[in-house]
Amino acid sequence: MLNPQKIRKDFPILRRRINNYPLIYFDNAATTQKPKQVIAAIEGFYENHNANVHRAVHTLSQEASELYENAHEEVANFISANDMEEIIFVRGTTEAINLVAYAWGLRNLKSDDEVIVSLMEHHSNIVPWELLSKIGKFKIKYVNVNNDGTFNYEDFENKISKKTKIVCVSHVSNVSGVVNNVKTLAEVTHEHGALILVDGAQSVPHLPVNVKDSDVDFLAFSGHKMLGPTGIGVLYGKHEILEMMEPFQGGGEMIREVSFNSKLQRCSITWNDLPWKFEAGTPNIAGGIGLMEAVKYLRRIGMENIKRHECVLTEYAMQHLQKLPKAKIYGPREASAKCGIIPFGIGGLGSHDIALFLDNYGVMVRSGFHCAQPLHQIFKLQSSVRVSFYIYNIREEIDRFIEALKEIEQI
Amino acid sequence: MPAVDDYVARIEGTCGKEKDVIVIFKYGKKNEAIARILKKAKTKKSISGIIFEMTFKNFSFRVYSSGKAIFRSIKDKGELQALLFELLF
Repeated sequence: MLNPQKIRKDFPILRRRINNYPLIYFDNAATTQKPKQVIAAIEGFYENHNANVHRAVHTLSQEASELYENAHEEVANFISANDMEEIIFVRGTTEAINLVAYAWGLRNLKSDDEVIVSLMEHHSNIVPWELLSKIGKFKIKYVNVNNDGTFNYEDFENKISKKTKIVCVSHVSNVSGVVNNVKTLAEVTHEHGALILVDGAQSVPHLPVNVKDSDVDFLAFSGHKMLGPTGIGVLYGKHEILEMMEPFQGGGEMIREVSFNSKLQRCSITWNDLPWKFEAGTPNIAGGIGLMEAVKYLRRIGMENIKRHECVLTEYAMQHLQKLPKAKIYGPREASAKCGIIPFGIGGLGSHDIALFLDNYGVMVRSGFHCAQPLHQIFKLQSSVRVSFYIYNIREEIDRFIEALKEIEQI
Repeated sequence: MPAVDDYVARIEGTCGKEKDVIVIFKYGKKNEAIARILKKAKTKKSISGIIFEMTFKNFSFRVYSSGKAIFRSIKDKGELQALLFELLF
């Protein structure tokens, strides 16, 4: 069982007061707060082991390399990857998706090919493909979303074909919290000989995710949405696919050898082993170590416990929101179909007004499009307010949030 | 020379179809800024002393006691700066 009161003691920021009220942080889909264990791991690295990784013989570099490699291994175990060679550290989900788009897509997508993207995607899983399609001239097919925000599986089956080369879909919507069945999507995708890239930014921090079981080809996620620091994220890729891919960026670390041929006046280059082939330049070493600590923290709690805790909070919040006369919840009404995220509005009020009002009471929520404008077009919304929960949130906070909303309904 | 920056810490464009603009007043100056605005603009409604729904000339906006204000239908930066100057000085 998850004990949120005990967990809260690990998060120094939760002691803060905002506008004379205790901080209530309900913007976890944007980024999560950091436990003292993660903060200490980063501090500990800089105080005791700081050096650049790999290719140095001195003690500090060896310590830093070992910690950085351990971080890859920890993440590999967390998502049940085969080994750390399938784990590439990047800046975040956006960079992970761009890596696939440019390193795989640029070389494999031709003019007759098709890429399938869902309309519930975050802009970071739409824009790279739109940008690339201007170079590769391939076609993008968008899969519709049902009126309640759920994925339209029928439309997906109608749109996928032998021309499809890659399917790009989020595991959990960052707006509605809808959980997609990526295992089924992967099965259908593979039947058509295509690859599947899953945006796991909102799933990996909140649910048990097993890449072997779901059989996805690529999985992208961010460290800062799962208690880790900003500037570190992960691209998981199946070993055989990563092996076939050319590097994304060139620089140090990703090469084995660069030899100058004086006759040809050119350099010939061989790539480093996985995962370093895709990690050009000095990586975010401290970020990786912070992420490792975050993963250890989540594993101690247990991902099933986290999922259950968020589901209980979501159900509780939805029950109370539905009782407010002017409040309207967007997306599915059943908490079981969602993952800790509730988008809503209050009749007659803009989303930013609601967020500013809640801010007065120390309640941090997000307002706007949440980087998913197409989904807002489907919902026919100007924008929405989003509350998103995590391991340290408690029912009492939802009670205070609802009390504040009762007041704003008077406007 | 009095300047809007004396009172304003940040101006944030918002994300969403509404294109609202949020003005965040300097923490140490927020009470003074709000008092000046309340003096100049007309208060249409006030909720719990937290939100002040206001109008000034053809503009409607809301001021929050936390030191933030939300402005609607602002054409550009120049228009907002001019409006803030009139409200604050």
